[in-house]
Amino acid sequence: MPTKVEKDHLTGTDTTGHEWDGLRELNTPLPKWWLYVFYATIAFSAVWMIVYPSLPIWGVRGTSGWVAREALAPQLEAQRARQEPMLARIRALTPAQVAADPELRAFALAGGRIAFANNCAACHGAGGQGAVGGFPSLADDEWIWGGSFDAIQHTIRHGIRNAEDDDARTSQMPAYAAMLTPAQIGDVAEYVLSLSNRGTDAAAAGRGRETFNEQCAACHAPNGHGVPEQGGPNLADQIWLYGGDKASVMRQVANPRMGVMPAWAGRLDPATITMLAVFVHALGGGEQ
Amino acid sequence: MAAEGTVAALSPAATMAVRAEGYVEGPVKAFAIATVFWGVVGFLMGVLIASQLAWPLLNLDLEWTTFGRLRPVHTSAVIFAFGGNALIGTSLFVVQRTCRARLFGGEDMGWFLFWGYQFFIVTAALGYVLGVTQGKEYAEPEWYVDLWLTVVWVAYLIAFGGTLIRREEPHIYVANWFYLAFIITIAMLHIGNNAALPVGAGGGKSYIVWSGVQDAMIQWWYGHNAVGFFLTAGFLGMMYYFIPKQADRPVYSYRLSIVHFWTLIFLYIWAGPHHLHYTALPDWAQTLGMVFSVMLWMPSWGGMINGLMTLSGAWDKLRTDPALRFSVTAVGFYGMSTFEGPVMSIKAVNGLSHYTDWTIGHVHSGAMGWVGFISFGAIYYLFPVLWRKRGLYSEKLVSWHFWIATLGIVLYITAMWVSGIMQGLMWRAYDELGFLQYSFIETVAAMHPYYAIRTLGGVLYLSGALIMAYNLWMTVRSEGLAEAAAPRRAPAFAGATPAAAAE
Repeated sequence: MPTKVEKDHLTGTDTTGHEWDGLRELNTPLPKWWLYVFYATIAFSAVWMIVYPSLPIWGVRGTSGWVAREALAPQLEAQRARQEPMLARIRALTPAQVAADPELRAFALAGGRIAFANNCAACHGAGGQGAVGGFPSLADDEWIWGGSFDAIQHTIRHGIRNAEDDDARTSQMPAYAAMLTPAQIGDVAEYVLSLSNRGTDAAAAGRGRETFNEQCAACHAPNGHGVPEQGGPNLADQIWLYGGDKASVMRQVANPRMGVMPAWAGRLDPATITMLAVFVHALGGGEQ
Repeated sequence: MAAEGTVAALSPAATMAVRAEGYVEGPVKAFAIATVFWGVVGFLMGVLIASQLAWPLLNLDLEWTTFGRLRPVHTSAVIFAFGGNALIGTSLFVVQRTCRARLFGGEDMGWFLFWGYQFFIVTAALGYVLGVTQGKEYAEPEWYVDLWLTVVWVAYLIAFGGTLIRREEPHIYVANWFYLAFIITIAMLHIGNNAALPVGAGGGKSYIVWSGVQDAMIQWWYGHNAVGFFLTAGFLGMMYYFIPKQADRPVYSYRLSIVHFWTLIFLYIWAGPHHLHYTALPDWAQTLGMVFSVMLWMPSWGGMINGLMTLSGAWDKLRTDPALRFSVTAVGFYGMSTFEGPVMSIKAVNGLSHYTDWTIGHVHSGAMGWVGFISFGAIYYLFPVLWRKRGLYSEKLVSWHFWIATLGIVLYITAMWVSGIMQGLMWRAYDELGFLQYSFIETVAAMHPYYAIRTLGGVLYLSGALIMAYNLWMTVRSEGLAEAAAPRRAPAFAGATPAAAAE
């Protein structure tokens, strides 16, 4: 191939004289601004490497002495120190006492809100509204395990039916599929529905009443209003964890599902749990 | 025959026409078709997983269709299947013509590379869907797929290097430097990052020999240089052949090409630690990752300058050649994302941008704008040349593809900028009492509209690719476009002086 330097008449620049498959190259010098900016980035980098750690030798720092961990620690410390006075007061009080003090209550609601959003909302919903399938609403006045400040705090600390905490709330509803006939289960379901005026078969409800009093009343109370100490939910209202149609109620009687909640005492610090109790109590239906 | 017409048209040297008969083109055609096919597949997977992020129901509650399994199908399909086929195909085309030499290993080698590479893609993708993964980003395939790719890749190096050695040109053209850097470095990265011990001879599972922060560092040495040498160096090789060809102008600056080539490949290899800012990686390594990324700014822009300035004296062609418009816009996106990259590598900026959608937007302005568009430009040039046609079935459809895809990219990256910066700001927001202002799920909820916009951007980009596939199909099918003796493109180097042209 010819290696002949030619002049490109559009730019007035010489080519290098090489050619490949018809492609040629101009011998344009490096753009000055390009070169100087490149040098500037190198100079910047050199300075930066002197100021900040850039050598793989233990203990050798840049001239600024900056180390990421040491830079972060005082910020975390300052943030903790800022909250500590309030947290210390909260730690020494019960949720009810915190809620009684306007300043502490405002602080606890702010802290409880974000702790709830990051830890509880996955099951109980962003607003504590609960979800179908066994995740109870915390925004109403229906409490399975009690809605007082102390009861809420206890439930958060120890959880429900978990294997990790001996003080966890525990109740165990038997599977009546093994103890009652399908006809009896249907009758009990009909009676349970009649407690909230949803029954459609008065004769069946009448037959179910006797079975209910024998088998169910101990935990759910004879009138079906529930026994919070036993964790027996109220069956006489319109709130249904696992569905309120007859088939769902029958399924729950035959082979009950029961929710599990982890114990938060080891995961969250005591002040946060107290703030959560204040926040949950304030969601809608906290009891005294 | 037709082959003579094309090559004679593309070169002022009449003697080359004879040799054109000998170029290996069958496998190059297959790679070109595979590029379009996998491009459509990859963009479709992208639209699907973008939709899953916006509307989680689309995970369909089946293990094979969840985001976690389909995301690597998308990334591998666009990077390795679409990008890889484009790179291997164009490199085999370019190396033969710029060396005036037949492919080393001939047709057989070409077909082995083609089918070997497709086999790699299919086995990798099948593994992802079935849950087989070694859990390293962009290096998900298990050891048996890695071994197979190593065989294919070494064959590729032999074919490419052998052709270079056989060349009849005194010098090696710049495009080939970049292709060679891409082939060699990817081999090194692939082997280094995939060093793994299989759990048993019969099982697919293996464990990486590196552990802890060393593993993280090697992973991002690999990951960042997959960007640097697969998605940058390789496609710069493509740029250096197809832009001067389409513009019919000499490359702007030989010196710039030398300096930016060596600075780019020297600096890129150190920049990986910027993926691990504010982690367990020692501070000194983070500092180096940052400063090498900052120094990469100008070497990257050297390529952009050489691409754009090659058009000086031929800017009018942007009006008449929509395929060139793709190539040039690609270089624009390249310049933009290689500025954004160094900015994001600065630790203070990274503290905001890291782990947010800003990174996703950055990657996609590079992937859709640079990699995608430079490949579309090359593909639109290659099809008529390879199938001996006078031109494309419809230049108008190329124009439609261009504008639809550009709009798609703009929607995509602006949505991700807004979403990413908002996400980063929400994560670090505190209220006056010192509590976090937002929970994680609240930041996710806030991103929903931007996820929907991003999906729309992807749909537009995919639509453009479908238009391209139709246009290319019709180009190949059309008898009316068959090339007579008349050359499709005027002899090269319109700017030469009359005396030079005469010679």
